Amino acid sequence: MYLTKEEELVLAGEYGYALQKAMEILVALGDIYGADRLIPIKSAQIAGVSYKNLGEAGLEFLRDFVNAGARVSVYTTLNPAGIGDEEFMEKQREVLELYRKMKVEVTSTCTPYYGANLPKFGDNLAWSESSAVIFANSVIGARTNREGGPSSLAAAIVGKTPNYGLHLEENRKATVIVDVQAKVKTSVDYAALGYHLGRALGNDVPYLRGIKPKNAEFLKGMGAAMAASGSIALYHVDGETPEHKDAIADKLETITVEEGEVKAVREQFRDDWSDIDMILIGCPHASLQEVKEIAELLAMRGRPLKVPLFITASRAVKALADALGYTEVIERYNGRIMADSCFVVSPVKGWYRGIATNSGKSAFYFRSFGFNVRLDDAENLIKEAP
Amino acid sequence: MKLKGRKIFGGKAEGELIVSQKPLSFLGGVDPETGIVTDAESDIRGQSIAGKVLAFPRGKGSTVGSYVIYALKKNGKAPKAIIVGEAETIVATGAIIAGIPMVDGIDVSKLKSGARARVDAEKGEVEVEE
Repeated sequence: MYLTKEEELVLAGEYGYALQKAMEILVALGDIYGADRLIPIKSAQIAGVSYKNLGEAGLEFLRDFVNAGARVSVYTTLNPAGIGDEEFMEKQREVLELYRKMKVEVTSTCTPYYGANLPKFGDNLAWSESSAVIFANSVIGARTNREGGPSSLAAAIVGKTPNYGLHLEENRKATVIVDVQAKVKTSVDYAALGYHLGRALGNDVPYLRGIKPKNAEFLKGMGAAMAASGSIALYHVDGETPEHKDAIADKLETITVEEGEVKAVREQFRDDWSDIDMILIGCPHASLQEVKEIAELLAMRGRPLKVPLFITASRAVKALADALGYTEVIERYNGRIMADSCFVVSPVKGWYRGIATNSGKSAFYFRSFGFNVRLDDAENLIKEAP
Repeated sequence: MKLKGRKIFGGKAEGELIVSQKPLSFLGGVDPETGIVTDAESDIRGQSIAGKVLAFPRGKGSTVGSYVIYALKKNGKAPKAIIVGEAETIVATGAIIAGIPMVDGIDVSKLKSGARARVDAEKGEVEVEE
């Protein structure tokens, strides 16, 4: 990989240990994946925030790295933090404090684009939360690989990333056409379709035909499910997403998705309400529009939930919901909005037996943690819940 | 036997080989306190990688696995060198932050646990005593 004189100096350690290590990581990844050079990034988004995932090992690395003078050089936000007992929270606070010392904007969300970190079309990024990566690539048309926690941190420090993968035009073309014959209408249909495609395709770039999503939230939920059950980082939707017009370069194989395949996903997650003891909305973090919808559904229901409802959201969305009165309504019916955090990255084992959710991604993870799972639309969940 | 690969992180090391023929996950797959492999799907489960030359086809699992490699080093339980068939982000990043010599592009199926290996990562070379 070609390096400028300046980059060579960084690699040689002229600017200190932290920058040198970060540069070593970028150069190694560039060589492994055949990048020609480093390119500047507009922003970074770092996973490896929850103490559950980082553990003592990650915490120790962050401590050493901060002491060695690590500072980010581009605008950088964080993935959600974990929640746990007092001992856990003490470690979690230290993690956030270490990122703060690195000059990271300590806003912890999987939807940075709903607040602090909104890229534009064509921007190169180094993001590592898989649902944010697929949203940025597909819905916004920005360009990022699926970074790991350490590689996005290295990119944030240097302000650059190796030019390979989804930064290159040719790798953003569709690799398979998906003819959706199933009727996909509600948000949970989209989540189920995404879950099915992640399983079926692995890391393809699918081009979807036959769907007309009502809003970007539907695409957010579909992409998050694809990126959880598979490792898809970019998709195109005919007539909808910003790069669809140039997405088909060659003759491609076409697969179809029948009604039964989407239904089969929903059937997998139909555990009975008697086995459910919490409702989770906001995976990925809820938009203001989704929060408003829940407040309205609760008001229509007219009686408090027996099963507690948790809505996870970015701090920006929570602040708006507070100001606009939605939080108050939600709390009246036994709901809570939780900012900056995430159940998927928390030590949840034993807290609950089963969750009801509208999220394909949460369904995937909570099932893998051994929970009962009921997957349905927010509307049905709020209506039917005890 | 001399094998030629590619440098991922420079340095030289010599030691006893421990070879996994299956992809290895570090997060949840290797105990950072002891260096013992706990990955249920691993063919070297229950064995220690501490102080050995560790070879496996490629990494898998969570990207936080890089930090486990760092913790192994801090706890004095890291492998002396890492040899892989195909480098990917998790293990490469781990080797770099931990400062462990690493080579990729080696046909790991030719290697056997117990043999002595010399690794010159700068040159991408692995020499194994028959």
